[in-house]
Amino acid sequence: MKTTAAPPTRQDWENSAPEALHAIQEKIQACIQCGTCTASCPNEFAMDLTPRRLWRMVLMGETEGIFTSQTFTLCSACYSCALRCPRGLPLTAAMHDLKQMAFRGHMARYKPSTAFYGHFMNTIRRHGRIRETEFISRYFLTMTPRKPMLPLSYTGLGFKLFRKGKMAIEYPFAAPGKRSLEKIFKKAESMEASA
Amino acid sequence: MSYLYYPGCSLTGTAREYDMSTRAVMDAMGVPLTELEEWTCCGASAAEACSDLLSLALPAINLAIAEGLDAQQDIMIPCSACYLNLKKAAETMRQDPFTRDRVNTVLAENDLTVKGTAKVRHLLDVLATDLGADAIRERASVDLSHLTIAPYYGCQCLRPYPVFDDPEEPRSMEPLIQATGAQIHPWQMGAKCCGASHMNTKMAVALELVHAILQAARGADAIVTVCPMCQMNLEAYQDKIARRYGHASDVTILYLPQLIGMALGLSDDALGLPLNLALSDHFRNKCKSAVNA
Repeated sequence: MKTTAAPPTRQDWENSAPEALHAIQEKIQACIQCGTCTASCPNEFAMDLTPRRLWRMVLMGETEGIFTSQTFTLCSACYSCALRCPRGLPLTAAMHDLKQMAFRGHMARYKPSTAFYGHFMNTIRRHGRIRETEFISRYFLTMTPRKPMLPLSYTGLGFKLFRKGKMAIEYPFAAPGKRSLEKIFKKAESMEASA
Repeated sequence: MSYLYYPGCSLTGTAREYDMSTRAVMDAMGVPLTELEEWTCCGASAAEACSDLLSLALPAINLAIAEGLDAQQDIMIPCSACYLNLKKAAETMRQDPFTRDRVNTVLAENDLTVKGTAKVRHLLDVLATDLGADAIRERASVDLSHLTIAPYYGCQCLRPYPVFDDPEEPRSMEPLIQATGAQIHPWQMGAKCCGASHMNTKMAVALELVHAILQAARGADAIVTVCPMCQMNLEAYQDKIARRYGHASDVTILYLPQLIGMALGLSDDALGLPLNLALSDHFRNKCKSAVNA
């Protein structure tokens, strides 16, 4: 996301990580390592760490292990684990917390997810509502150096959506719209930075 | 019975037919909808991955607009992600004064205040609970008994807030589908995840989930959905799935109000059916021959 101040450095992130992780530890303190989360997760087959192991690493404060894993980026917020957790822990919210930490850390290995969310947020910051064409174009541009073929996976669908009038090129491309959420975003950012 | 209507971004673009069919069915059932003026994006699944405060403040903007109106009506939302975001914000504003103060500090920038009194309802909840299957059956003029339908609920209208249905084994769509005359396809996939935005960031993972859902729908004439993200994931990547897994999976995917609208005798155009991405020839022919029979 766009920031008005100088962007945080890797060192800033590392300094703030223990405190951010501590807030997540408090949420999941009562974890009994039963593995119901892992058994309930539809994306577990693609994860390098099972959710149960991830939560153990969070409780042990193993920042490096957590943020070399892709597990939390594979959470699709289906809330199955949170629903079934016998301790009633807010596991999906804790996954969101990890995603936010990765977002603030600007780590290359999370770029496919963080760039996607970041461009989405910047688009609604400008226009108040999403503009699919602007959002997806900017996302593809960011990803092109890493995955030059990525847009091709969606070209056929893109044409179909344009033909059916479900996507459109809306002007002005980047000028703040009348529903701009700039003031809201700025305020929230300054409050979260000083928290 | 009347509602404030929050369409959300998808329903103005890639899910226009969900907006059209929702309005058309509500109109045919005599239920007035008033679109929430100057509504803004709820933050989708992006805000919660970037900022806690924005993930509540963005939906709260819309709650504040609704709460500022003279008439206090329930807010009806067809998109499950919008529904969950507004619902979560309303619950948090009501139960957590500390967070409510923080959100109101943000909202003050746009001269808004939120209390958390607005009542947020999913379209399926309104159809199943307020309107009811009998009202649809009474007004149905086209018999859809030749169709077998797989009800697909997805995640976020069911979880984490189990408001109107069982969050693991949902059934609320069944009486509504039966009211159109159609049969229910028995399956276990109704509450399984479609992969959501993984389709954009981790495509192989989402294709795996969608493939399993489409396979389980074999034998049904269509899957009906109540979420634009689910709908897009199920309908738009069927070619890719056929190539990847080596067998055809062309399944018709409809929004629930499109199916109900067909039974009410509303036109294809009024229901936005020409905008769907997956309406199989099998489905079209079956509907055509039933009308001619």
